[in-house]
Amino acid sequence: MSSVSETTVRSEIKGFRVARSRRNVAWTGLGALIVVVVLALFPYIVYSGTTNLMVQGFIVLTLASMWNLMAGYAGLVSVGQQGFVGLGAYFVLLLNIHNLSMFTALPIAAIGCGVAAVPLWWLVSRLRSGYFAIATWVLATTVMLVIEKFPSLGSGTGMSLPHTPNLSSTLLEADTYWIGLAVTVLALASVYLLLRGRLGLALTAIRDDEVAARSSGVRVGSARMLVFVIAGVGCGAAGALLAVSQLIVQPSAVFSVQWTAEMAFAVVIGGIGTIEGPILGTIVYMVLQQTLASYNAWYLIILGLVAILVVLVARRGLWGLADDYLHVRLFPVGYWLRTSERAARLASRRAAASPGPRSEATREGDG
Amino acid sequence: MAWVSAVIQGILTGGLYALFACGLSLMFGVMKVVNLAHGDLAVVGGYVAVGVITVTHVPVLLSFLIVVPLMAILGYVLQRTVIQAALNRSILTTLLVTFGLSVVIENGLLQFINADSHSLGVGNSIVTGSFKISSQLQIGYLLLLIFAVAVVVLLGLQYFLTGSKYGRMIRAVADDQEAAQLSGIDYRHVFGIAAAIAFATVALAGIAYGMYSQFSPTTGTDTILLFAFAAVVIGGLGSLWGTLVGGIVLGVAQQIGAQINASDQLLAGYIVFLVVLVLRPQGLTARRAQT
Repeated sequence: MSSVSETTVRSEIKGFRVARSRRNVAWTGLGALIVVVVLALFPYIVYSGTTNLMVQGFIVLTLASMWNLMAGYAGLVSVGQQGFVGLGAYFVLLLNIHNLSMFTALPIAAIGCGVAAVPLWWLVSRLRSGYFAIATWVLATTVMLVIEKFPSLGSGTGMSLPHTPNLSSTLLEADTYWIGLAVTVLALASVYLLLRGRLGLALTAIRDDEVAARSSGVRVGSARMLVFVIAGVGCGAAGALLAVSQLIVQPSAVFSVQWTAEMAFAVVIGGIGTIEGPILGTIVYMVLQQTLASYNAWYLIILGLVAILVVLVARRGLWGLADDYLHVRLFPVGYWLRTSERAARLASRRAAASPGPRSEATREGDG
Repeated sequence: MAWVSAVIQGILTGGLYALFACGLSLMFGVMKVVNLAHGDLAVVGGYVAVGVITVTHVPVLLSFLIVVPLMAILGYVLQRTVIQAALNRSILTTLLVTFGLSVVIENGLLQFINADSHSLGVGNSIVTGSFKISSQLQIGYLLLLIFAVAVVVLLGLQYFLTGSKYGRMIRAVADDQEAAQLSGIDYRHVFGIAAAIAFATVALAGIAYGMYSQFSPTTGTDTILLFAFAAVVIGGLGSLWGTLVGGIVLGVAQQIGAQINASDQLLAGYIVFLVVLVLRPQGLTARRAQT
């Protein structure tokens, strides 16, 4: 893809080069690697209270990056993602009842949620925008009501995982932490790689103009379905992680709409439609939740108010504000024209001669 | 006989569900706003009624005279400020804002009132009593009253939308906002009025639910919003009388489900909703798909 755009641009003015970012981002790759390594060493450095808290953060971050993929890139606002959180948790419980280790059960549960997402998509895709949102909610509730009908899964009260690994609590917590870190890194990496590839291009086209995208041969329906299924896998993995970290699965807790509130608010506050936004939003969420933990429902009230304010006043969220000043992409998925000095002078002269669309061409397909 | 009784009970609760649904349908029809805070606002209406009754000692049945205007004013103000601001940006923004409102209202009620259930107890024997058709078949006066209120509200809305000046303005704006504006209609004011009417029905829904059953802060989403939505989809998106048809189908499905197994009441309703979604996504009454 980049080679195509490079040739077309080169033919116009020499000295332009299409790049993924305005600045060199080799260091961000290195930085990400260092961050992951440091995070992986956490169980040796900090108390288990901190790692347990981090696991909560991993769950929210995984959920937020999935919700961002849906709402920020595919235009799918789901308020029923708790359905997949619950499904993932219950898959782990079911497999664990049949003597499978809970850590092995986690990836299977995630894939199971992806499989379940296909027929669920078929149901909800008949409705658009707002009605799609409530339909996902009804679906999540229906899934919960169906699961509650199985006494072997603990009916309406839920049950603890029957076969927990025979490890000391320190080791168990450390293992859970590493699995959580792996889930989150995998989720972020797959969202990043997906958006860099064909799907990302298709989604950007749909977001900008659905009709034009459709008429240019973008398969809008299948692109959206793919996103829904991927988000199902991601949210299922987060739900499975929840079951593994809590060692108990309760329907009212895992199917709570609060999960969707948390993921949506983290995305909106951090910056919707960017990969960095959910990370920033999750940090804000965790800080708020920890500081206001002793005031019951207050953190959700404040989080909700902040989210409403951000949506209305600073639509691009905290990361958008930071981006205005720093011009940094940690995860570049768009395209930039990088210019040499001479070409930049040429371009500015042309822009001055013919004010209009030319001058805007320096920024494409991003934001 | 128990089955006949269940069906009658279901039809009558359908009136309550239509009351839940018509405000949601109206706001979508006029402003293309799917108000995710719809159910929580109905619960707010219920709590306002509890407050009004405690302070002024008006009879429960007359509390709507105070609560409905209050909620209508709230609707106008919310529409002209937050919802209009969101509408100026995008559909996505209105969804996020109304979802935010829903979470804030629900947790606000949990924080400032409590998680206990409340109800609007009607001591009046006319309201708590029932017709006895036979020993097993009886019809509660209260549900009958709520059904009648729903029919009156729908008739009133229909008359208002087709016959009155503001109704014509609302329909004009819903059809073509720009053309209506060119003809000298301030669409934001019209949106405000439509929201005020929708919130008035929401207040009635909250009071009716409070008399029929108990409500707590979480009732708004897990009962009222989802039932309202199911009724709208079953009946047909954008159709006013469709909400009554959808409400009745949902109510009957739930009551029959409860007859089979007491814990299957909710599930039966949602299964009928999903079946309609698969077989007739445009709803039972709609002539063409309106998604």
